[in-house]
Amino acid sequence: MKKRLLALALVAALALSALSACSSTTDETQAGTAAPTSGETAAGEAETPAETEGGSTASGGSVYYLNFKPEQDAQWQELAQIYTEETGVPVTVTTAASGTYETMLTSEMASSDAPTMFQVNGPVGLNSWKDYCYDLSGSAIYGELTSDDYALTEDGAVYGIAYVIESYGIIVNQTLLAEAGYSVDDIQSFADLQTVAEDITARSDELGFAAFTSAGMDSSSDWRFKTHLANLPIYFEYQDRGITSTDAIEGTYLDNFRNMWDLYINNSTCSPAELTAKTANDSLNEFLNGDAVFYQNGSWEYANVVGEGKYTDDDVTMIPIYIGVGDEANQGLCTGSENYWCVNKNASEEDIQATLDFMEWCVTDETALQAMTGGEGAMPSGQAGMAFAIPFKQAPESSNLFVALDAQMTAEGKTPVSWNFTTMPSEEWKNMLGSAMAVYAADQTDDNWAGVVSAFVDNWASEYALANGG
Amino acid sequence: MKKAMKKYWPIFLLPTFAAFVIGFIIPFVQGVYLAFCQFTTVKDATFIGLSNFTRALNDSTFHHALWYNCAFVIVSTLAINLGGLAVAMILTRAIRGRNAYRTVFFMPNLIGGIVLGYIWQILLNCVLSLLEKPLLALDATAGFWGLVILMCWQQIGYMMVIYIAGLQSIPDTLVEASEIDGATPLQTFFKVKLPMLMPSITICLFLTITNGFKLFDQNMALTAGQPAHQSELLAYNIYYTFYGRSGPQWRGIGQAKAVIFCIIVVAISLIQLRITRNKEVQQ
Repeated sequence: MKKRLLALALVAALALSALSACSSTTDETQAGTAAPTSGETAAGEAETPAETEGGSTASGGSVYYLNFKPEQDAQWQELAQIYTEETGVPVTVTTAASGTYETMLTSEMASSDAPTMFQVNGPVGLNSWKDYCYDLSGSAIYGELTSDDYALTEDGAVYGIAYVIESYGIIVNQTLLAEAGYSVDDIQSFADLQTVAEDITARSDELGFAAFTSAGMDSSSDWRFKTHLANLPIYFEYQDRGITSTDAIEGTYLDNFRNMWDLYINNSTCSPAELTAKTANDSLNEFLNGDAVFYQNGSWEYANVVGEGKYTDDDVTMIPIYIGVGDEANQGLCTGSENYWCVNKNASEEDIQATLDFMEWCVTDETALQAMTGGEGAMPSGQAGMAFAIPFKQAPESSNLFVALDAQMTAEGKTPVSWNFTTMPSEEWKNMLGSAMAVYAADQTDDNWAGVVSAFVDNWASEYALANGG
Repeated sequence: MKKAMKKYWPIFLLPTFAAFVIGFIIPFVQGVYLAFCQFTTVKDATFIGLSNFTRALNDSTFHHALWYNCAFVIVSTLAINLGGLAVAMILTRAIRGRNAYRTVFFMPNLIGGIVLGYIWQILLNCVLSLLEKPLLALDATAGFWGLVILMCWQQIGYMMVIYIAGLQSIPDTLVEASEIDGATPLQTFFKVKLPMLMPSITICLFLTITNGFKLFDQNMALTAGQPAHQSELLAYNIYYTFYGRSGPQWRGIGQAKAVIFCIIVVAISLIQLRITRNKEVQQ
């Protein structure tokens, strides 16, 4: 009896663990759904190399691009297919789900056909992957860059090429703002923004909308604050101290940061206690529904905000994030890049060559450039393009309104705020800051703010030491 | 027959053995080796000795996850087994629609942990916001009880099945004899049924304790360790160390944590098996 039951239980335990093993593998394959199809068809064609046009392209090599941006997955799949049709070189594009890039890159890099082309997010990301980066100095794509500032260099080697320059700020629904009796010209500083936002909140019942969309602290949305908003106090501190990175942040402007965060969470569509449950989609939908005037986000959201059934270029605009520090009259949008292309140096020589050729094609071929910079209908299939501003010599003007605004502000003599969050010591630092910010939002006491300050200042030093101490 | 077995045993044994070696022994040995290495991907690791273990043992989030997980295992094991046994007692009586109830109780087990985690997150957050309490991601205590509720909901049905099998295998003659001897229902339960149930209890305790330690998807979906690692169980803490932190040193530390974790779980399970099996009685 006893034995039989034990055997039964062991079988059950075995079945359970087998099932759980199954589910984890399906997760993995699902993450890369789009890839195998294009890869397979490409491989089939590669057997008879179509040496029609690009006769000089590497024969036998293939490209495997692990893409960071889920928003642009469809466009990359299409570009990959076009490239394969033109040259016969198989190109596989796999996109990691939001927030899982590092995880996926780690496991893919260990597999037998590792990505030949991947992304790092800046100096801190490079720190993890430097041993896998091919030196791109002397490559064609490096020569195409409009400025050396867009290359990620270390010890004289070029490890990464920024392929997209982005701007973020506060996206404004101008129609609603006019309904409230203001225009963007009224907002030239933090004090102005505060006046307008608090006035809208006071009259929100009568107006029918709030000042800010929900500052969601769900993982799909919290990067807008723990990373992008937190960039501002870091930027101004770096400016004061005349540095570009540090092992210990002082937190000089954290009071301003607190004012801004207070403004966001207390003049929003929802109670600050609910923020941890609010997602990026919630926030976007609130903006699209006209529930709020201001929406902090970046140029990458252009296609989500403007288009059929959404707003037009005249409805929306973007203003700088003022936090009440520095020369606000001349402050521009936050502009920079955290998307650097890298080539896997452990890939076979043919694959490296094929990848270099593919990268060059992306930034020189007319169709590819159109796809990367164009908006509505820019893809050969008629789909919307990526609407990127890309730092390459042959790139046409981007059709992205927010990118154009950034160029316009810079031309007017405003200084763009650089992206210093690429120097944040680790993901862990950002997560702890986000967590403290959410706790503070739910219960806005000085004690809880002290938690944010500690996550900002103390954690910076300890995380920096951990990341660089060995 | 016996002769045939002697001749053909490799055909039956080798495929399973090969699968076991490939699927378990090799990864396990490699995993233990990697705990002593620094590496970014598992392919190129450099041996660095014991430093991963010292760093893992000095990690305060790991300490917190350890005691939080122990508390979780104690509470959830008790709740799931008491609940499962109670439901099994009720559903072994002659109730109308008994099989339908059994099916209903068993069904939550068929839903994946991630899905359950997200569903319960929505449910619990709704309740918490109606009560004007901080949401799950802001309160580690709420996260703890949320996880206990979730696991009870998912596992009570499974344990119920094992307990029902155990209860049904108790010979009627024993129960009848005790009744004739004048035992009260309570006495019958504690003196006759419970000792006869010990094999089922051994199994159920083993399953709930190891499940409690290995719990990962529910933890990730329900709270993801928020706020600030305060609701992290060991498995999620290990995963986060390995994947969530950037920098080559963290992978080895995560691997070291996993080895420590494995030793703890094996030790606790062996102790539990020993204790409960000593209490088992022969019919």
